[in-house]
Parts: sequence; structure tokens; C-alpha cells
Amino acid sequence: MSIAARSAFFHFSTRLQPWTGLKSTANNLKSPAVCCQRKKSSYTPPPAKYGGRHTVTLIPGDGIGPELLNHVRELFRFCCVPVDFEIVRVDSSASSEDDINNAVTAIKRNGVALKGNIETNHNLPPSHKSKNKLLRTSLDLYANVMHCQSLPGVPTRHKDIDVVIIRENTEGEYSSLEHENVPGVVESLKIITRVNSLRIAEYAFNLAREKGRRKVTAVHKANIMKLGDGLFLQCCKEVAAGYPDITFDNMIVDNTTMQLVSKPQQFDVMVMPNLYGNIVSNVCAGLVGGPGLVPGVNYGKDYAVFETATRNTGKSIANKNIANPTATLLASCLMLDHLKLHAYARMIRKAVLKTLSETQLHTADLGGQGTTSEVLHSIMQEIQRGGPRTTEQI
Amino acid sequence: MATLTKALKPILGRQLGNTAKVFGASVNSQRGKPTYSPPPAKYGGRHTVTLIPGDGIGPELLNHVRELFRFSCVPVDFEVVHVDSASTSEDDINNAITAIRRNGVALKGNIETNHTMPSNHKSRNNLLRTSLDLYANVMHCQSLPGVQTRHKNIDIIIIRENTEGEYSSLEHESVSGVVESLKIITRNNSLRIADYAFRLAREKGRRRVTAVHKANIMKLADGLFLQCCKEVASGYPDIEFDSMIVDNTTMQLVSKPHQFDVMVMPNLYGNVVSNVCAGLVGGPGLVPGANYGRDYAVFETATRNTGKSIANRNIANPTAMLLASCLMLDHLKLHDYANMIRGAILTTMNETRLHTIDIGGQGTTSEVVQSIMRIIQSSGPLTTEI
Repeated sequence: MSIAARSAFFHFSTRLQPWTGLKSTANNLKSPAVCCQRKKSSYTPPPAKYGGRHTVTLIPGDGIGPELLNHVRELFRFCCVPVDFEIVRVDSSASSEDDINNAVTAIKRNGVALKGNIETNHNLPPSHKSKNKLLRTSLDLYANVMHCQSLPGVPTRHKDIDVVIIRENTEGEYSSLEHENVPGVVESLKIITRVNSLRIAEYAFNLAREKGRRKVTAVHKANIMKLGDGLFLQCCKEVAAGYPDITFDNMIVDNTTMQLVSKPQQFDVMVMPNLYGNIVSNVCAGLVGGPGLVPGVNYGKDYAVFETATRNTGKSIANKNIANPTATLLASCLMLDHLKLHAYARMIRKAVLKTLSETQLHTADLGGQGTTSEVLHSIMQEIQRGGPRTTEQI
Repeated sequence: MATLTKALKPILGRQLGNTAKVFGASVNSQRGKPTYSPPPAKYGGRHTVTLIPGDGIGPELLNHVRELFRFSCVPVDFEVVHVDSASTSEDDINNAITAIRRNGVALKGNIETNHTMPSNHKSRNNLLRTSLDLYANVMHCQSLPGVQTRHKNIDIIIIRENTEGEYSSLEHESVSGVVESLKIITRNNSLRIADYAFRLAREKGRRRVTAVHKANIMKLADGLFLQCCKEVASGYPDIEFDSMIVDNTTMQLVSKPHQFDVMVMPNLYGNVVSNVCAGLVGGPGLVPGANYGRDYAVFETATRNTGKSIANRNIANPTAMLLASCLMLDHLKLHDYANMIRGAILTTMNETRLHTIDIGGQGTTSEVVQSIMRIIQSSGPLTTEI
């Protein structure tokens, strides 16, 4: 391997390759993809550039996205986190797809992104596709992982919830393939493929094994959609056969949602197609305290995009200083973990959780009267108390 | 039978449909629910209702219903039609459909759908609903007194489109390894279900109808549904109309369910949302559901569980099935009997030691039914001996 020949390309992964022993085909080296990762466990983050600082794409989005992501940047600057943000704005009302294509290119360049939700106006014609979806499918972010945990200090009706939801992120009901052959009759296609189902099942079992989880439950509706969800279920069973240490069972989606509202503690890891994933993750988010508390991650083979789990724009509470920053901050901690900056991640996460246990700082969605800036201030104070590595002014 | 109906025609003096219908299998024609007349009582004032036992806990619970009806001298006779879920021929379910066409009303347990069988073996329950065009599934979700739940005082009506949507069973595998599943939304059915929802809201004095959809992703399909709802809403200015995306709806349901009043939605979201609501008020053993069509009505438990694992162990909760039978009595305009049985059920629900396992007690099914019978006997004279 001639390093000099490859240095013409704008990526440094070749230098790492002999050391990490990662396989990659010749084709991959020529692509803009930064790194080739077969499985998450052997993944190497995008190498730090420019003196040890990572560059992460930041997409502000709409609604509460911009203000919360500003807070994240403030906090990172305060804690001296070695991450620089490349901001790419996406205009949700523009019908051209240039904005989102720029964002996709930026993410391909940096490998990691932190984003707010981009609004999809459903009064616009159907040719105007959801920008969030375009992003997910262009980057093939096939796994959406949401770790739903009861947080201390937040009063909820259910206690001790700890569920990991893995949702297929690219196909299923979200194919945007619809047509109206006969006026007044709309056909909407739901696509399930063997390849994607095997891939997501493999991801789920891998993750379960890594995190030491005991059980994976597949959620489906195969009694009605026999071919579609039947294929998904069959793929999960095939993959399960290769992981005998992990229990596998399945449950129909209606029974799942009913069990979730009565006995959510019975679930451990759940894997499911796109739409059920959307509904189940929102139910779980509601169970642990609301959309302001849970972070979510979209993983692909080469990229990772971090956002809030329930992908709300929060238009009605935008710019009023009442939004709950916890979900976005925890998402940024997940991002720091992904970049292997574990010390920073732990520091910020601890401060966030400590602030959450203070009831007088709870924001409106948790039943309190605190403002976003008060919460941030408290987190910064916590961090400063915890160690020396902060900038001067709070 | 045709001659009997003809003979009754002048006696009853009601609209029995045109001559063609008298010879046909359907008993009555109803345009809108408010003007609906139940199937005329035959054979001396007694109604005949089709009973489909189904699988799992269905047969035992429906036996209890029959026992209770006999005990309370309810003027209803049951025509039992068995449907074998394991057989591949569709004769059983076709017999059931013919029986329901004849009687107009049915009470059923859930028929199991084995999803390891080949895909041409369709869900029997689905076949029944589509053949009889039972387009509206109505579930009235109410917190019952005496049942411990995390949320109190829930009162939501869920109206679910029952025939199309994701349940069209139209799937194919054009390329091997790639399955396409069709979700059909039509203007006619969407208008029909929206109209049903608003009429029901008006009849019951409800203030608001919420349409649940996912039109930001499925722009054409759910967009059409939403548009139909808006069109119908403009004809009911006294009722507020709003819409909510299904993921937000489920999240709001688990945190603040009291904000919802009447909800209307396509088939799959209806399935999920009704199960969430059933979970909120105490579980699948408590909520009855009704499937209404233009000419027929079929009553069952709202969450359509077979309950295979608790079958024949005398631990199933009979409340949902019994309340479903009360809904059926209301439908047949036998309101007194319905109120009597319903009152007895609610009084029994207050006794915590009679709660079955699913609501956290240790009572058995027969104890619950016995208690209901005792209460009915103590409240009035019109019963057989216990």
C-alpha cells in the first residue's frame, strides 16, 4: 500500500489501516467515506484533524433546534471539548433539494452530525419529500437506536424502565412510494426487504450482546401483513439462531403497546420495522417523562447522526426559553462517546443528570417552571465544581 | 323465512326495505344510524343473534354470556356457528357470514390466525369484517370504578376504519427478497368513516373530534384521509376538529390522555391506539368493542385477544365480553336488560376481592359471573332460579 499515492485523497484512514487491521476494498478507499466499519464493535471514529480536534456537522433545523444546539455549542466551548462544529443550514420551506444535499455532503465529509428536526410541511405537494428522511436514506442510516431509561428525579407513573429500541430507519412504510391510479383510491407501498431486515436484526443482536442484554423482542404484525412482516420476523429468527446466548421472542405490535403501558419492565431490547418503531419509541418516551428527555441516534455503516429520539420540531415553544435541553444535551454526550471522548461525555452527562434531580429546575414539560437558560447555567456550575478544565467565565 | 317476514310486514308496519331485499338474505336497510331499526323480533318477540365462539377464551366466556342471558330471561336466542381456525377451507367463515346476514347481529370471540400458515390463508376475522363491510370499529374507553389504574377518569371514543388501510392483505414479492405491502386509502371509505365519527360525536354530545394520521410521511394516503375528515368537519360547525400525528398521539396518550375526546383514524393506527387506551384503563379484559356496518353489527372485545394461554382455566376476565353483550342489547333496543346487566357488572367491579388476575386480584371467572347473577337477582324479580 503506497501511502503517498493515497494521500492525494482527502482522508486519513489509510494511515490508520495498517495499525487497526481493518479490511477495506479498493473501491472504498476512493470514496469520500472516511472509514470502513464492518461491525460497530470494531469501528474507529473519524480521525481527529487539525491538532486533535474533531469536526462535527451541525444542522440547526427548525423550532427549538437552533436554540438548543446553540446551548450545546456554548456548553462545549465552556468545557473545552475538542469538537468544532460545521454549521449547515437547511431551509425547510425551500422546494429545492440543494440545502439538504449540502448537508449530506458535509456529513459524508465529517462522518458525524448533530441535528435538530427539520419541519415537513404537509400542505406542500407530495413531490416535496421530508428532508429528514432524505438525509437518512442518502446516508443509509439504517439503525435508529433509542435507549429509554427512567431518569432519577423525574416523576413518572412507571419506574425503572430500561428499554433499548432498535428501529429500521430506511424502508418499511416510509418509502414515500404512493400513487393514485384511480381518482379517490391511493395506494401506499410498504417495502420490506430481506437484506435490510437481516441487517437490522444483526445490528440488534450485536448491540444486545455488546451491552450484555438478555432478550430481544421482535415487534411485528405478521398475522395481517403475512408476507411483509412475515419476512421481517423470519429474518429475525434466522439471525437469532446465531446468538444462542440471547433469548428471542416476538410480539404483535398492538399487544406490545398495551403491555408497554401496563408492564414496561418486561421489555429489554426491541427490534422492529420503521412505523412500529416510530410509535413504540414515542410511547416509551412518554413513559419516561416526555420528548424532552430522550436522545436518539441514527447509525449507518459509515456515518452517525445524533438527535432527539422523538424528532419534534417544537414549533410552539420555539424561542421562548422554556424548551427542555436534556434530550439534545444527552444526544451530544452520545456523540462524544461515539468519538471516543468518554471523559467529556461522562462529565457532561453527570452534570445533566444531577441538574435533572433538582425539581425547581424542571422545565414546563416536566411540570416545573424552570427556563432553559437556568438549566444550562446549573449544568455549567456543576461541571465547574467537578474539575478544573473549563473556561473562565460562566 | 321470507314468507314470515312478509307476513310480519303489515303487523310491524315498519320499513323493511324493498321487495327485493325481502327475498334476499339481509334483514333490514338502515341509511343512517339515528334512523336505524333493529332486526325485527321473530318468533314471539325473541331476537336471534349469531354467536361465533372463536378460539382461546372465547368459547368459555360466551358460554357465561349465554348462562347469564338465560338467567336474566333476556329475549335473545343464540345461533351458534363454529369456525375452525385450523382448516384451510373458507366454508366455515362463509357459513358464519351467511348466518350474520340472516340475523343482522352477532357476538363473537376472536378467531386465531396462525401466521406460520401460507399467506393465502387469510385472517378469518378480517374476512368477516370485509365481507360484511363493517366499516366502523367503535371502542368507548372508560375508566371503570374500582379498577386501579395509573390514569383516572379516562373517557375516549376511538373510531377506527375497519376495512381498508394496511389490512388490505394485498402483498406480493415481485423480486425475491423484496416484499411490497399495499396500504389502500380511498376517498369513499374515508368520507364514510369521518361522517360516522362526526355523527356519533353529535349524538353523544361530544365536543371534539381528533383525526390521527401520519401525513407528513404518507402524504398522499394519509393526506387524503385527513382531507376527507376536514371536508366532513366543515359540515359540523358545532364540533371542533383537530388533527395529530400518530407518534405524538401515542406519546400524549401515555402522559395526558384526558385531552382526547373522540378520535378517528385509519386501520393500523386504530389498532395501536385502541390497544394503548385499553392498557391505560386496565387491560384487555375490560373494554368491549363494536363493529358497525350499514346493515350489520358485530360485537366483541375491543382488543380482539384470543387469550390462548389462559383458556379453560377459569381465570379470564369476563367483563369485556359481558359489556360487549350489553352493547348488543342496546343495539337491539333492549335497554332495560342492558342497564340491568351493566349495573351488576360495575357493582361487581367495585369488589376488589372478585378481581381476576389481569387486574391484580385472585378471583375466578365463575365467581365473577355468580356475583353478577346474585346482584341481578337481588335487584328485581325477573330471573330464573340460580
